[in-house]
Amino acid sequence: MTSLAAPADAAGVPQPMEAGGGGPAPVRIVVSYGFWIFLLSDIIMFSALFATYAVLSGRINGGPSGHDLFDLRSVAIETMCLLLSSYTCGLGAVFMERRRLRGFYWFFALTFLLGGIFLGLELREFASMVARGAGPSRSAFLSAFFSLVGLHGAHVTVGLVWLAFMVAQVAARGPRDFVLRRLRCFSLFWHALDIIWVALMSLVYLMGAR
Amino acid sequence: MGKLTWSAIPFDRPIPMAASLLIAIGVMTVLALVTWKGWWPYLWREWLTSVDHKRIGVMYVLLALVLLLRGFIDAIMMRSQLAIAAGGAPGYLPPEHYDQIFSTHGTIMIFFMAMPFMVGLMNFVVPLQLGVRDVAFPVLNAVSFWLTASGALLVNISLAVGEFARTGWLAYPPLSELQFSPGVGVDYYLWALQISGVGSLLSGINLVTTILKLRAPGMTYMRMPVFCWTALASNLLIVAAFPILTATFGMLLLDRYVGMHFFTNDGGGNAMLYFNLIWAWGHPEVYILILPAFGIFSEVIATFSGKPLFGYRSMVVATMAICILSFMVWLHHFFTMGAGANVNAFFGIATMIIAVPTGVKIFNWLFTLYGGRIRFEVPVLWAIGFMVTFVIGGLTGVLMAVPPADFVLHNSVFLVAHFHNVIIGGVLFGAMAGYNYWFPKAFGFTLDKRLGAISFWCWLIGFYLAFMPLYALGLMGMTRRVQHYADTSWQPYLIVAEAGAVVILCGILATVLQLVVSIRTRDARRDLTGDPWHGRTLEWSTASPPPHYNFAVLPRVDSLDALWALKQRATRTAGPPAARVHYETIDMPSNSANGFITAFFAVILGFAMIWHIWWMAIVGLVCAVLTLMAFGWIERVDHEISAAELEAADIARVRKAGLA
Repeated sequence: MTSLAAPADAAGVPQPMEAGGGGPAPVRIVVSYGFWIFLLSDIIMFSALFATYAVLSGRINGGPSGHDLFDLRSVAIETMCLLLSSYTCGLGAVFMERRRLRGFYWFFALTFLLGGIFLGLELREFASMVARGAGPSRSAFLSAFFSLVGLHGAHVTVGLVWLAFMVAQVAARGPRDFVLRRLRCFSLFWHALDIIWVALMSLVYLMGAR
Repeated sequence: MGKLTWSAIPFDRPIPMAASLLIAIGVMTVLALVTWKGWWPYLWREWLTSVDHKRIGVMYVLLALVLLLRGFIDAIMMRSQLAIAAGGAPGYLPPEHYDQIFSTHGTIMIFFMAMPFMVGLMNFVVPLQLGVRDVAFPVLNAVSFWLTASGALLVNISLAVGEFARTGWLAYPPLSELQFSPGVGVDYYLWALQISGVGSLLSGINLVTTILKLRAPGMTYMRMPVFCWTALASNLLIVAAFPILTATFGMLLLDRYVGMHFFTNDGGGNAMLYFNLIWAWGHPEVYILILPAFGIFSEVIATFSGKPLFGYRSMVVATMAICILSFMVWLHHFFTMGAGANVNAFFGIATMIIAVPTGVKIFNWLFTLYGGRIRFEVPVLWAIGFMVTFVIGGLTGVLMAVPPADFVLHNSVFLVAHFHNVIIGGVLFGAMAGYNYWFPKAFGFTLDKRLGAISFWCWLIGFYLAFMPLYALGLMGMTRRVQHYADTSWQPYLIVAEAGAVVILCGILATVLQLVVSIRTRDARRDLTGDPWHGRTLEWSTASPPPHYNFAVLPRVDSLDALWALKQRATRTAGPPAARVHYETIDMPSNSANGFITAFFAVILGFAMIWHIWWMAIVGLVCAVLTLMAFGWIERVDHEISAAELEAADIARVRKAGLA
């Protein structure tokens, strides 16, 4: 059975292959690819909540509706913060690619700050709604709202912890291969949160505030 | 301690008390034996912290076999209850206990028997068939397994501490809401499945990545063994379906813990939303289980017919067609909900269409057998039993896909007979075929053929005895989930069903005996060649059991059925060609306790949440996160295997197999 190993290996001559026949992909590709698949599954989880929100958004149970509750100015600032944070995250990644660590630190700190502001604004919105008696147990609409927006907020929180962890790792370990692979995954994660937020802002806030 | 008090332990109910004592004694005996024999270091090093996909696959299958026993005990208890509870007789199981038993039976058999069995076989076989050394993320693989085991542990704890859900295996609201199920039963159900669901999802991501990104040189998509294709389809479904389950259970948890109104009767909630969401996961889940079984049958039938699989390409297309169609039929589980004639018609027709690719597969298997030199080994018995049984189950499925017929049969035991017909006749038969087929690869010796055949015949006959009467009973109007019944004309049928369960019990005992006997006589049944069945695919090209790196040198693939093609060439040129093999030093991942420790804290988190012990839940969560972070902080060090070492091992293997 040893002959299963091709002599071409010894000669080191790569043979022409059909698509997909080039052998195992390098670790860098495999890690990012697997993380993409994870992100897709995450988006499916959000889609279940989006569907739920679509079904329940009219069920206000005699309580306040989105029109009464949503403050689009605050949402606009949140959106700007999150989108800008993706931009700064991208710049940080570019600095990392060029191994300019100082720039990386600055831009990742900025990303953390913007993400923190986003989260603070969201929590303020939640708190003011609860204070007005419009908490998650008030109606099916509010249950769906708090869960959908809250799940995104939980993702941002995890992202911030992960970001801090990655910065600490870069500081302690330097730009090693395994650190870079994780940074790439983090960037993907952070950008995916943007995509979800854009859908969330349009479907929940813009359509709900009318 | 939250809601947890001494009254949670059922001292006053003899059956759960005796059962949990029995389990406790069993577990204690095993732990004592391991301690007494000093096996802990070995267990820890070789199994508990292993990241080897083969070891993890074996542990999955072991988990499945143990829980098959547990789930079967539930089943035979239900059958016994119904055999006697006719007319005015109350039977021996009180209603609240009976309700827990059918809920536990369904939950265990689907989530902790069928799922681990299939995931375990895929874990073990797929990298070997692809000709690579491990899955894409070996440590994540261990995490997945241990999370699945955690869920199984929580379900079994519920036997002794508290209670399990009485809501059926899918916990439909509003019954599963706090208002109607105030106990911890539903919480046990939800947390056990949330934890194991995360495990399933991660394992799905892992195997999809493995199949799409890690294949031996030359193995293009159309050269992948059919089992890899079905594993790909199954894991794509896991990735696409399990997040829906997580979200749905998350919403039910929020209803129960925070007082939200997703599925409640009041507050604007909508229970029908739950039905849609849970079946948007639930129907694909059926195919997550059956597709790998189809793959196993394809491998088994081709191997033991000595022929290439008939219509490989059509098999691949049929598999992927089922993969997509499985997401378009979920509403057939609740035609009676009243979605309207047009909606029901759409889903009815979509459901019937699935029979087309499935029929393609059946004919492909038949044509593979046709004209083949069939060797009636145990896996083939299961495969042929499957083909007959599954067609009957498929036909009753198509029957129920007709909405007007479904209105009559909905929630009757006709349905119970149907889904047991496809799940036992399809998934379980497939799992048993795979178990008998790949066992020699995993352990280096074959399983006893006679006891294997006895097990098969008991299962087959027992299945027909147990479930054919249920078809009749369903047509006679018997609904599912009844604890006793007034119509004594049902009793003879239910006694036959009970007899069927006893015959199946004999089949299970024969399986256990088969394992014991085979281990005791293993020296006489060693497989030295690594290819005991004259196989076609790459897993048979390495030693049995394979070295932990699987292949000393990655095989190079230039056709479908790579090993078969190679053997044909070798026969033509009289003996294996003396190829110059070039060995290279490789890196293999080192062991990691990450999975075991994370899962340990996940159990603590789940248990604390079930009993509202908030401080303990925080401790569990924080420790689980810290564990992940700590393992993330340490750079993983692979261990190196030198070229010389690989060469020496490979030469020894070839010599042992008598090939050189």
